[in-house]
Order: sequence, then structure tokens, then C-alpha cells
Amino acid sequence: MAFYWSFGTVLVLLAITAPVALAFGFAGASAARSRLLPLRWLGKGYIMVVRGVPDIAFFLFFVIALDQGFEYLRHLAICPDWDQPVRRGNDFVVCPQAKLPLGNAPQVWHEIYGFFLAVLTFAIVFGAFAANVLFGAMRAVPRAQMETAEAFGMSQRQAFWRVLVPQMWVYALPGLSNLWMVLIKATPLLFLLGVKDIVYWARELGGTKTPQFTDYPHGDWRMWYFLALLVFYLAFTRLSEIVLARIMARLTHGQATAAGEAQRKAAA
Amino acid sequence: MSCLDTIADYGLRSMFSGYHQVHLPSADRPWLSFTIGAERLLPRSDFTLCQQFTLIGSGLIWNIYFGLLALLSGFFLALSLALGKASRIWALRKVSGGFILLFRGSPLFIQFFLAYFLFRNLKGVAPVFDPFTSAWLGALIVLFLNTAAYSAEIFHGALQSIPKGDLEAADAYGLSGWSKFRRVTFPTMLRLAWPAYINEAIFLFHATTLVYFSGFPAWQQKGDALYYANFFADKTFNPFVPYPILAGYFILLTLAIIGLMGLINRRLNRHLPRAARARLRLRPNLIR
Amino acid sequence: MKLILTTAALALSAGMAFAQDVVRMGTEGAYPPWNFLNDAGEVDGFERELGDELCARAELTCEWVTNDWDSIIPNLVSGNYDTIIAGMSITDDRDEVIDFTQEYTPPDPSSYLALSADVDLDGGVVTAQTGTIQASFIAEQGWTLVEFATPEETIAAVINGEADAVLADKSFLVGAMEGNADLVMLEREEMIGGGVGMGLRESDTELRDTFDAAIQSMKDDGSLNELILKWDVASTFE
Repeated sequence: MAFYWSFGTVLVLLAITAPVALAFGFAGASAARSRLLPLRWLGKGYIMVVRGVPDIAFFLFFVIALDQGFEYLRHLAICPDWDQPVRRGNDFVVCPQAKLPLGNAPQVWHEIYGFFLAVLTFAIVFGAFAANVLFGAMRAVPRAQMETAEAFGMSQRQAFWRVLVPQMWVYALPGLSNLWMVLIKATPLLFLLGVKDIVYWARELGGTKTPQFTDYPHGDWRMWYFLALLVFYLAFTRLSEIVLARIMARLTHGQATAAGEAQRKAAA
Repeated sequence: MSCLDTIADYGLRSMFSGYHQVHLPSADRPWLSFTIGAERLLPRSDFTLCQQFTLIGSGLIWNIYFGLLALLSGFFLALSLALGKASRIWALRKVSGGFILLFRGSPLFIQFFLAYFLFRNLKGVAPVFDPFTSAWLGALIVLFLNTAAYSAEIFHGALQSIPKGDLEAADAYGLSGWSKFRRVTFPTMLRLAWPAYINEAIFLFHATTLVYFSGFPAWQQKGDALYYANFFADKTFNPFVPYPILAGYFILLTLAIIGLMGLINRRLNRHLPRAARARLRLRPNLIR
Repeated sequence: MKLILTTAALALSAGMAFAQDVVRMGTEGAYPPWNFLNDAGEVDGFERELGDELCARAELTCEWVTNDWDSIIPNLVSGNYDTIIAGMSITDDRDEVIDFTQEYTPPDPSSYLALSADVDLDGGVVTAQTGTIQASFIAEQGWTLVEFATPEETIAAVINGEADAVLADKSFLVGAMEGNADLVMLEREEMIGGGVGMGLRESDTELRDTFDAAIQSMKDDGSLNELILKWDVASTFE
């Protein structure tokens, strides 16, 4: 049963992560082209560092770091007069009120919190890639468009939001759809983040079961479980391809690109 | 023990467990004899930063090995697949398309796992398949097929967006068949595909960390960078030192890839006017 | 008399410190018979039963959490759960980072499983799970070691001829052997590692003392030995 639910977990993760990662990417790209030097460095540094590191390496320590970071911030805010050190040797101890979730919260909250951390980690990693794509897309919008906007007397901010942002999507979409495909295929690493996903259950249920501990003993069935996962991912990718092709067709409509031109000709 | 000693002892640990005498060209008339290898036992206590840097760096040799060979060999398969997908022959188009979907559509993690199962069962059929269950060959094949599929898709996209004018100009010059491909289609395609191909190369090198993480076993504690990072995180119970070291190595590796591929990019675009070239050098600008 | 005293002291300290708190018990859930997930997907096994009994004696409310073996200690010191009860042998390395209760099973030998009884360990290939004390042991012997990420794969490697023998905890191998008639256990055994104890944060001395006392009371009235025999995880205490 839990195995089937975990498919839902993966889909929900994708549904939440994609927009959050896009937001991170947008913030990163905007920062990277900001006129303020520190902000520009921050944006470019974020893109460079996160893109340079394999996602598994990131997943293996980042969740714990994130968790400790949050708890430490809450600790500072909630119990300022806590007199004991937070780091004691290897231990990381914050006051009980600052624990996330609280120590007496039911298990389901712990799982939701773990899921939230996983989403955030995924979003930070894929946000960097999205930032790179969006950064390129913002540059790809023809310079003349921005100059026209200025000629119309728009401020920097207005030109950015009204001219640049609506037009950049068509340039960003191929890169973003590629990223979406990569994101789908990164989800089997979820189990590294402590979320019980399909890979976790495939390993768990598919592993050899000896008669002592279960009513349904069987040998090493992991091969079949993994084949089922393979089919799931293939189907999901194919579906995404079809949907993305439709979106692309709509976005290019009326755009001054080769594809837009082809559409115009086909219609005429 | 100084750090240099540690590097001498463990620098090649990911490839050797123990020392070997090497005589070149042969044992009875050697003109060159030397000892190569590494300490057999991994450090067991009092782990120093130097040890972590050395061993994780040593493991990086494998990541570079997998990444480089898969990229080089994958390039040619990718080219054939891209041409196959764009071909006018129905069967060729279907086969290439199916292959690309299979490897692009499923997670590498699961590919490794299934490939290991497959190779292990093949091994029972014929002894030829013996080396396939070792990472150096088996995982390399999976990575090779995987990157070929991804690159093929990139090349295919580039083939589709070659300016019509270029091809018409080639026809006008009387070029056709192989010489048209070699002189016009191929260079233009490569030039258009290159930025996306750089990204694929980066992803591929990152993907090499999955080799010892799913499916393929580590022999004699010879593993890749992640294997040793994992080893230290396991022994010191502190993930905050080894993984950032690993991350640092990979950032350097990524910079090297971007730099190298950027040089090739410059060569591919050397005929273009200066202004057009500057735009294509966007990526190296990110380093600073 | 002694028993009554300890339980009384126990109830007192537990009542003061942990009245409203839930103690979260971290385990792996993939190591039968010690701990595993049953058909309903819940933690089950020797340690589940032991842990529930300890919590009942200490009057604590306990909750079970599973975590990957690789990151089980970092997550404990980071405070994501309060105890590790996962068949973890007490070793000096681990003791430097976390605290252990007294052992709840005595040191148990590790054994080998192979396809034939006369396998040559020196010249052959021996497998173990990555990062276990058995893996370090094989490496130190100078044998050819091959490591797999999960215990499941080590057994599969022997069946498929990838490796000649697997070295692991005896109780685990006994279970694995029942599923496959081809495997034989070698007579040779190794004593590596100490007994199994419960791991806690070093700063949590109070909780450690509580569990220590609860384990002691189970040792004293013989219920711990009964539990060990029931699940057949190790030898019993004298």
C-alpha cells in the first residue's frame, strides 16, 4: 500500500518543487543581472557553486545543515536567555521550544517537515540551473525591445516587468523543459533525503523476504520492482514531452522566431 | 606524518591496493623499474584533513576516467543517433527515437541498478561477460549509452535549426552527400549544439558519482570521490567536512570543463565576426 | 528489594524530566530479526519489542522512526530523534561521538556464508556491507574485499558467484540461509565488535541513565534473555 502512495509522494514533490525552483531561479537570474555589485556576485556565485556540485553530494549533507540552520535561527529568536552552548562536542542542542517540529508533535508532522526540507533542497539545487537558463533567456530578448520600452518612457522596473519578463519565456522554455526532465529523473534520489519514496519501497518490498518475518515470502524481486519504476518514469517523461510541446506551440504563436514563422506559414 | 607522506601513501589508493613492481619493457631486460601503488589499509583513526583531501582527490581519478571516456565515445554514438533520428528511413528513425527515449526517459540510478542485474545474469551464460560486472567496464557502458542519448537529442535539435540558407548555399556550390555533411552540416550543427553540450558534459561528470552508489560494488576499497567522502562521513560521523571537500573538487572540475569546452567553442566560432563571438563567450564570464 | 528500588528511582526521574515529551526511537528497519518492516509497513522485530518494553518500564511515550544506516548517527546528534536502537555494536570510534547504554545483547560472533564449506578465504573474494566493522576486518586481513551498499546484495553476490563468502553478524546470516538451500555456514567465526547497545547524544545523560536502568531491570528479572531467545538474535546473558 505504502508503495502506491509513494508514487503520489513523487508527483506532489514535483508539483511543489517546480514552481519553487522557478522562483529561486528567477530571483537568482534577476540578482545576477542586477546593477548592484554585491547582489550580482551573490546571484552569480549561487549559480556557479550549486551548478558545480553533483546533486547527490549536495543532498547528503545539505538537509541536515538546513535543519540545523532553521533550528538555530528559531533558537536565537525564541529562547535568547538559554545559557548552555548549542554545540557540545558533536552534539547540536537547541532549547526544546526551538525544535522543528516540536519534540511532542505527532509523527506525521515530522514527515511533513522532512518532505518540506526535501522540497527546499531540490528547489535550491534546481533553482540554480533554472537561474542559468533564465539569465540566458533575459539576454536573448532582442535589445531593440528594451530600447523601445525606454523610448516609450518606461522606467527600468516597468521595462523589466512589462517587456522583458513576458518575452523571455519563449527563449527559456526549451531550457526549462529540459530541466524539468532532469528534475523528474533526480527524484529517485529522494530517499537520500530521508523521504520514503518509490525507490525506498522498491528496495524494501523487493528484497528477499524469509518466511519467519512475513506471510508472503519471496526471493529477490527487486529487479521486477525496478523494471516497474522504469516503466513509470518512461511513461511520465513521454507525457511531459507531449504537454511541453503543446505549451511551446502556444508560446511561439505570434513570436518573431523561426518556429513562430513556421507556424504562420502553416496557417496561411 | 606530514601531508606529503599522506599524499605519497594514498594518492593512488583509488587505483591500487598495495604496491606493485613494474619493469619496462620486460622483467629480464628492464630499462625502467619502479614501484607504484598505495597503502593497502585505509586510515583507521585520527582522521586528518589532509587524508580526507588526498583520498577524495584520489577517488576523483575515477570520476574523470568515467566522465572523459563516456563523453568521448558517446560523442560518436550520439552523432549517429542524431542523424538516425533525422533520417528519412522510417525504421532508422524509430530505432534511434526509441533508444533516446529509453535512456533519457529513465533515471540513471535505475539504469545502473538494472544494468548490474543484467550483467550479473549474463555472466552465468558466458565467461566473456565476466568484466562487465566491474564498475570500470559495466558502469562505463551505462554512462556511455546514457550520455549518447542525451547528446543525440541536443545534436538532433541543432540539426533541425541549421539555417536553411546555409544548406541552400552548399547546394549552390555543388556540394552534396558526404562533403556537404563534412563541410557545412556537421560544423554548423556542432557550433549550434555546443553550449547545450557543455551542460551535458557537466551533468555527465556529476552523474559519475552514482556509479558506486547504486548497483556496482567497490573492490578492495577502491572507489570514486563519493565513495571516499562517504567513507570519511561514516568514520568521523561528521558529514560537514568530507562532502564540502567533495563539492569543492567538483566545482574545480566543472570550471575546468567549462574552460576547456569554452576553448573549443572559441575555435568553432573563430570565423564569426567579433561581436557575435563575444555573445557566445557568455559562460566563461560566469567564473570570474 | 534491589529491583523495587531501581524501578522506583526510575519512575521518579522519568516523571520529572520527560513528563510531556515523546522519545523518538531511531532504527534502520532493514535488518531482520533485529529490526525490519512487517507486512503492514511498521517497525517490527527484536528491537521493537525491546524498545517498547523499555519505554513502558521507564514510563516514557515512545515513537518509532526509520532512518538510513549511513546517516543514522549524524541525524541523532543533530536531534532528529533521541535514540538509536538499530543493532549497533558498541565500538570505540562510535563511543567518541555518541554515548551508549549498557549492552542489551552480549558480543556475538560474525560468521561466513559460502556456497561450499571448503572455501579459501585468503585467495578468494570476501564480501561485506560498505562501512561495517566486518568490511574493515576483511581489509585488515589483506583478503580481497568487495563491498556492496546493502546487506541484501552481499548475499546475492555469493549466490551469483561474484564473491566466495560473505562476512556478517551470525544472527543475520542464519536468517538469510533459511531462504536459500545452497548456502552453507563456515565453522570459522570472528569476534569483532562489542555487544549491542542503545545510542544517545552525549549531552543526554539523563535519558541514557533512564534507559540504562530499564535495561538493567530487564536483565535482572530475566525478561531480556527471554526476548533474545524468542527472536534468536544473539546468545543470552549469563
